Amino acid sequence: MINAPSTDELKDIHHKMVVTRELEEVLGAYAKEGKTRGPIHRCDGQEAVGVAACAALRADDYVCTTHRGHHVYVGKGLTTRGIVAEIFGRETGYCKGRGGHMLLGDVKTGMLGGNAIVGAGIPAATGMALSMQILKQDRVSMVVFGDGAAQTGICHEAMNMAGLWKLPVIFVLENNQYGLTVRQEVQSPVEDLSVRAAGYAMPGEIVDGNDVEAVYRAVAAAAERARRGDGPTLIEAKTYRVKGFSTSDMGGYQSEEEMAPWLERDPIKLSAEKLSALVGADTVAAIEAAARAEVAQAFETALSDPFPTFEIHAPSAAYSETK
Amino acid sequence: MTVMRYAEALNAALREEMQRDPSVFLFGEDIGRYGGVFKVSKGLRDEFGDARVRDTPISEQALTAMAVTAAMSGTRPVLEIMYADFLPLSLDALVNQASVFTYLWEGQVDIPFVLRTQGGGGVGTGAQHAKSLDAMVCHIPGIKVVAPATPADAKGLLKSAIRDRQPVVFLEHKLLYNTRGEVPDGDDVLVPIGKAKTVVEGKHVSIFASSKMVIEAENAAKLLAKDGVEAEVIDLRTLRPLDLDAIRRSIAKTNHAVVVNEGWTFCGYASELSATIMEHCFDDLDAPVARVAMPDMAIPYSEPLEMAVLPNAVKIAAAAKKALA
Repeated sequence: MINAPSTDELKDIHHKMVVTRELEEVLGAYAKEGKTRGPIHRCDGQEAVGVAACAALRADDYVCTTHRGHHVYVGKGLTTRGIVAEIFGRETGYCKGRGGHMLLGDVKTGMLGGNAIVGAGIPAATGMALSMQILKQDRVSMVVFGDGAAQTGICHEAMNMAGLWKLPVIFVLENNQYGLTVRQEVQSPVEDLSVRAAGYAMPGEIVDGNDVEAVYRAVAAAAERARRGDGPTLIEAKTYRVKGFSTSDMGGYQSEEEMAPWLERDPIKLSAEKLSALVGADTVAAIEAAARAEVAQAFETALSDPFPTFEIHAPSAAYSETK
Repeated sequence: MTVMRYAEALNAALREEMQRDPSVFLFGEDIGRYGGVFKVSKGLRDEFGDARVRDTPISEQALTAMAVTAAMSGTRPVLEIMYADFLPLSLDALVNQASVFTYLWEGQVDIPFVLRTQGGGGVGTGAQHAKSLDAMVCHIPGIKVVAPATPADAKGLLKSAIRDRQPVVFLEHKLLYNTRGEVPDGDDVLVPIGKAKTVVEGKHVSIFASSKMVIEAENAAKLLAKDGVEAEVIDLRTLRPLDLDAIRRSIAKTNHAVVVNEGWTFCGYASELSATIMEHCFDDLDAPVARVAMPDMAIPYSEPLEMAVLPNAVKIAAAAKKALA
């Protein structure tokens, strides 16, 4: 099938999804004990979107994401240890503890940032694509953003320019159905947000966000299109947020009946079933065990890493200018 | 030296920097085919093409955000925001994006982008097209802010801004575009960011100003001279980072300070100057620092009303006399 992931890629995607899920569960346990700082926005149930979308890109493509971006960080190839260290504010974290879990960036892997201003990733990726077009590179940029961000003014402005100038950007709308506590139908008059693509003269496609192959194929096709110079694509990946807005969410607005079918279609469960048919259940079990061991090791190492000390230095431009 | 208008000096800076560095590009409303509503980018689209001199939709919020990440990923964008009054639309990208990532990501990225805009009153453009919002952008750490008063500084500072590694907000003034002045020849004549300039020497009172207010301050110095007062006029040129040494040196000599800014008074740029002087020069001051700025109100349209609220030479001279009394 055109643009389908190889078996090796499916194994890697499965590994990274399990890493992400394990990361979220361990973080959840630490949060419950009061051992995390600030809110943690878990992406349980959405792993297929971030991981499979990144898998369809090249290493030198740029990606940005939201406050709920652990699957994108892992998908783009960041190490679990570096992510955990950043979340726990350590010197060994990707940003030496300056960014935290929402604002993590790593230029080497092309992760140009989580972003906690809802919608900000959309013009961010569009601006990177503008640079790529001006420099005549064959790279693409991608933003993973939510249905809440799709309602912002900058979403419209950026998509309009991306369509107008045929910029090499991929808009992955991760529709998890909630903007904080408010359901999508209370925020938007249309059920399928992908229809908006027509207004920007770009293709708009709906995919099952819990199906790694569907996400991968759509992003791979969009990347080809962008590299050809044919412009942006809007991919709406339908999924569901199963662990609330953040670790400080008191809940009460997502019913069990609403959640049940999504838990039944857990992306890791679906991926395990498909992969088992290809490589056997033992191999899948080994991949999952390795992923869990990697996360356990990451926590153990990162939590004994040192904290940073405050200093005034060149990147803290705010301070360096005053004598 | 060549005599140029302020707008021509800016145009020359843009042309030279675009010739020098293919990663420099311009975008903004009406800047391409039309050459900009103040003609600063006149002729550049013909020379460099649509891709590098790009007309845009009216989308200031996304444009500013896009400039930030374009700058992170290999280009040097120069974004024109037509009026400073529209800066509030750019603020999210400046406050939450441009100013944070160099530090948060531990220097992994430079953000070499210039936001050019123009402000100021005096020609009846009304409350939404005449403001000076210097303080609003100067409040943001990690962003440099320059406000040249002369064609030579306009050219030299814009070239420095384009070559800088940090975001620079470049504040022009609509009443300066047609002013003329001598501009040094040569593609590599830069004016450093962060250096003030003494434009009138004096020993009785120091007047600190920027942009068009430098002209008002120079006229105030002439008025004061008639009464035997020798005012020193310092053109700050860069609003942030501030040239504290120049401020200290002047006040050590005059022991009196008048701070001038065309923006609002309360929490304004003049207030910041006043506080800085109080902190660093208190022992040299013989009188409280005097502020001359816009009253805290919308700028009215009718000429006598607008002229009544804008800071000018007469108000500056009066403030200087009061400080010396």
